[in-house]
Parts: sequence; C-alpha cells; structure tokens
Amino acid sequence: MNHAVEIRGLHKSFGSNKVLKGIDLSVEPGQVVCVIGPSGSGKSTLLRCVNLLEQPTSGKVFVGGVELTDEDVDIDAARRGVGMVFQQFNLFGHLTVLRNITIAQERVLKRRRPECERIARHNLERVGLTEKADSYPAQLSGGQQQRVAIARALAMDPSLMLFDEPTSALDPELVGDVLTVMRKLAEDGMTMLVVTHEMAFAREVADRVVFMDDGMVVEDGPPSQVIANPKHQRTRSFLSRVLNPTHVD
Amino acid sequence: MSEPVAALPQRGGLSPRKKQRISRGIQYAILIVIVVVVALLADWPAIINSFLNVEVAGETLPTLFTVALRNTVIYTVTAYVVGFVVGMVLALMRLSSVAPYRWIAAVYIEIFRGLPALVVLLMIASLPLAFPWLQIPGGVYGQAALGLGAVSSAYLAETFRGGIQAVPKGQMEAARSLGMPYMRAMVSIVIPQALRIVIPPLTNQLVFLFKDSSLVLFLGVTAAQVELAKFGNDVASTFANPTPLIVTGATYLLLTIPLGYLSRRMEARQ
Ligand SMILES: Nc1ncnc2c1ncn2[C@@H]1O[C@H](COP(=O)(O)OP(=O)(O)OP(=O)(O)O)[C@@H](O)[C@H]1O
Ligand SMILES: [Mg+2]
Repeated sequence: MNHAVEIRGLHKSFGSNKVLKGIDLSVEPGQVVCVIGPSGSGKSTLLRCVNLLEQPTSGKVFVGGVELTDEDVDIDAARRGVGMVFQQFNLFGHLTVLRNITIAQERVLKRRRPECERIARHNLERVGLTEKADSYPAQLSGGQQQRVAIARALAMDPSLMLFDEPTSALDPELVGDVLTVMRKLAEDGMTMLVVTHEMAFAREVADRVVFMDDGMVVEDGPPSQVIANPKHQRTRSFLSRVLNPTHVD
Repeated sequence: MSEPVAALPQRGGLSPRKKQRISRGIQYAILIVIVVVVALLADWPAIINSFLNVEVAGETLPTLFTVALRNTVIYTVTAYVVGFVVGMVLALMRLSSVAPYRWIAAVYIEIFRGLPALVVLLMIASLPLAFPWLQIPGGVYGQAALGLGAVSSAYLAETFRGGIQAVPKGQMEAARSLGMPYMRAMVSIVIPQALRIVIPPLTNQLVFLFKDSSLVLFLGVTAAQVELAKFGNDVASTFANPTPLIVTGATYLLLTIPLGYLSRRMEARQ
C-alpha cells in the first residue's frame, strides 16, 4: 500500500534563506498528522511544498504514490486530489458560497451544474452551513468562512487535506466550530496534515504529532509521546511556551 | 521657553478671524464689480446671436445626433474594445513568468504612453504609404479603432496590472490548490475581482477616449464619417456662426459629466 504522503529529503530555500533543510515525513491513509513548531520554522512552507504551491529546491514529494516533483507530472491534475485550507480562508469574494464550491468542480472536474450544486449542498451540510448557500463570503463570520473553505476543498473529493493554521485568524469563540468540523472529518477517515497551534486538538485527534524547528523535523510520534512526554529539549521549551503563555523562559 | 504667541489675542490690532472676514468681503466686492462691468459692457444681442443662435442650433441638432454623435460613439466604443482586449493581454504579459513577454509589453506600454494619440493615429493612417498591400479593414473606422485603441491599450494595461496585483495572492493560490490551471484561475477568479477594483479608472479611460475621438478629424473623413468636433466646426463655417461649436461642446459634456460623476460615485463606494 502506498503512503498517502511521502516526503523525502525535502529542501527549500528562498534565495540564500534555507527554510527547509531535509524533511523526511510520511502520512498513512486515514491518518491525522499535526505539525507544530515555532513561528518561522517552515511549517507553512512544508505544507505548500506538498501541493507544489512552492517548488521544492530539492527532494521528492509523493501523494498517493504519484511523484508530484516529477517534471512530467500534470501538476493541475495532481493538485485536484489534495485539498488545502488556508489561514486566511481565501474564499472567492466575488462569488456566492454555493458558486465558491461549484466553480472548480465545474471548470476542473467538468461535472454538470446540477451535480456540482448537489455535491456543494451536501458538503455545506457536512460543515453545518446549508442556509448560507446564497450568501457572499463578506457576509459570513470568519468561522463560517473557514467552514465554507473546507466544504469547497471537500467537494473536489480529495484523498488528502492540508490545513495551514485553519483557526489562527479566528476570534476565540469561533475556533470550536471549525475544530468540530475537522474532528468529524478525521472520524470519517480523511487523511489530514494539519499545521496548528491548537494543542488540545492535536492531543485528542492526531495519530501523530510532528515537531518542527528551524526547517527540520525534531520529533515525530504519537501525541502521548511528543506532547505529553517530549524527548528533545527544543520540543519541551516550545511546548512550555505554548501551553503556558504567561511563562517566559 | 517659547511663548504661544500666535494663540494670544492681539490687543489693539485686528484678530486673525476679523482680518479673514475683511479679506473675504474684499474678494466678494471685486467679483461683483467685475460681473457688473462685464454685464454692462457686453453686447448681449450680438453674443446671443453668435453663440446661442436658436435658428442655427435648430439646423445643427438633427444631423448632430443622427450622424456626428453616432460616429463619435462608434469611434469611442470600437477603440475602447480594442484597448480593453489588447490592454488585458499586455497586462498578463507584464505579469508573465516569461521574461521576454514582460519586456515586450513594457516597451509597448512606454512607447504608446509617450506618443501623442494624434501621432499614433496619423502613423496608422499612413501605413498603406509604406506597405501598399496593407489595407486596414473598415477604412477610417478601422484606423480610428486601431490607432486610438493602441494608445488606450497602453493605459488600460497599466490599470489592469494594478488591479490584478491588488487582488490578494491567496485568491490565486486557493484557485490553484483546487486544480485550476493558471489561466483558468486568472479568468475565473482573479480578473473578475481585479475589474471591480479598477472600474473608476476604466470609466475615466472611456471619458478620455470619448474626447480623443475628435482627433479622427485629422484622418480626412467624409460627411458620413464625421464626428462631433469636425461636424461642429464645419457647420460653424457654413453658417459663419459659432453656435454649432457650443452645441457640440454641450453634447460632449452631456456624456462626460455623467460618466465622471458615475466614476466618482463608484470610487467613493469602494
Ligand atoms: N515566498 C517567500 N519568499 C521568501 N521567504 C519566504 C517565503 N515564504 C516563506 N518565507 C520564509 O520562510 C521562513 C519560514 O516561513 P513559514 O511561513 O514556512 O514559517 P511557519 O513555520 O509557517 O511560521 P508561522 O507559524 O509564523 O506561520 C520564514 O523565514 C519566511 O520569511
Ligand atoms: Mg505558517
């Protein structure tokens, strides 16, 4: 069986700034892997290399056994199988919620309009926003926008979902709704790679937690180990900072 | 220690506010004197007869609307369509990852923004002199659309580029992450939002073009191809009376003022 995601020797530099320094990571089908780490450690860059929004400097990325870093691969086709949810939602502001979810199905998957809408409504139901189909993104709260963004990605039937700090731009009282949707998605067996600062979510939902620092994977294991019982000093000091924000060391 | 001198009431002299009031009174007085003198000295019957001659205006108006205004609108709209399409292509070239496309677009834009529209128009018209086989379809209409379109495409290209760059990068990334190819994402996601942002400058460009369409008169047009400015001038000569030019000017304003107002309204709404 193929890994859902396999990353081998991934390096990424922006000019002389080495951001990823040899990442090896794999995710099995149905697994939820949370990536944690300090700001600037390269978490977003890693995620963006998985669907090639950033072109890796060297190394290989496989999704479902297909090498995306292969020169000959049709990157647009490969991206369809990978959903991405952004910190800033990035809903299409000129389109209604329903159209946000149907446009790529129609233009990319060439589904017929009625089928697109049926699938869109089904996914809106999954995120609990059926009644917002005809609203525009600007009329929704941040939490609602993020749930629409999740529905939009799900409508493409991805085999893998990438989340880049999906709750970081939200008011605290709206975080819960989004995490509930993600939790349900995990229960449904979706393969998920999640960059997050929500330690409680990681502890409860993740099969594995990956701690990154300075462009490298420092620690990778079940949450009971990485969060509850970290081996590395760097992991410990990071966790003590995020778990007790008042504590300064 | 510095004293806040200016704020102190100046005993004895006039306060700044009083001075201001007196100054404003003097300005009003000057204005009134000028208006009265002009009104008394002007030969009103002669002025009205020359510039607001009802008889001449009545002779002018029917053809002005059926021929001249119609042609002005045709020249303007066709040139705008050319400018819009070419401008959009140029904007995409300016943003291309292929460097030569960027250079070609940049050079084109510099050239056509640097030349007077009249010179471009005359060069287009004289192309058949150099290449006899080259006949621009549509005669004067084709030449106007091409010449004025070439100039406005350079301005519109910069407008479009600004609009596209003002759309947050995340929009393109979200579209790409859903599997849309670059051009698909541009057309379906980025450009529609960019156009909304640049509606005010797009309207301004239309107003400029509407006025610049008067340059077509230098192409040597027939009576059927005549646009507002030449028409006004010709009729004024015929009647030996400038009223047609006043009527023509008013016709331009009839369209440019509402367009400008609309553009400012939309600008304010954003
Ligand atoms: N497009 C880019 N061009 C240049 N440098 C970049 C680019 N994207 C990221 N970087 C740099 O890469 C480094 C890692 O950034 P990245 O966004 O991956 O960190 P992160 O772990 O996601 O941080 P955060 O928790 O703040 O989101 C930073 O130093 C950043 O300045
Ligand atoms: Mg990040």
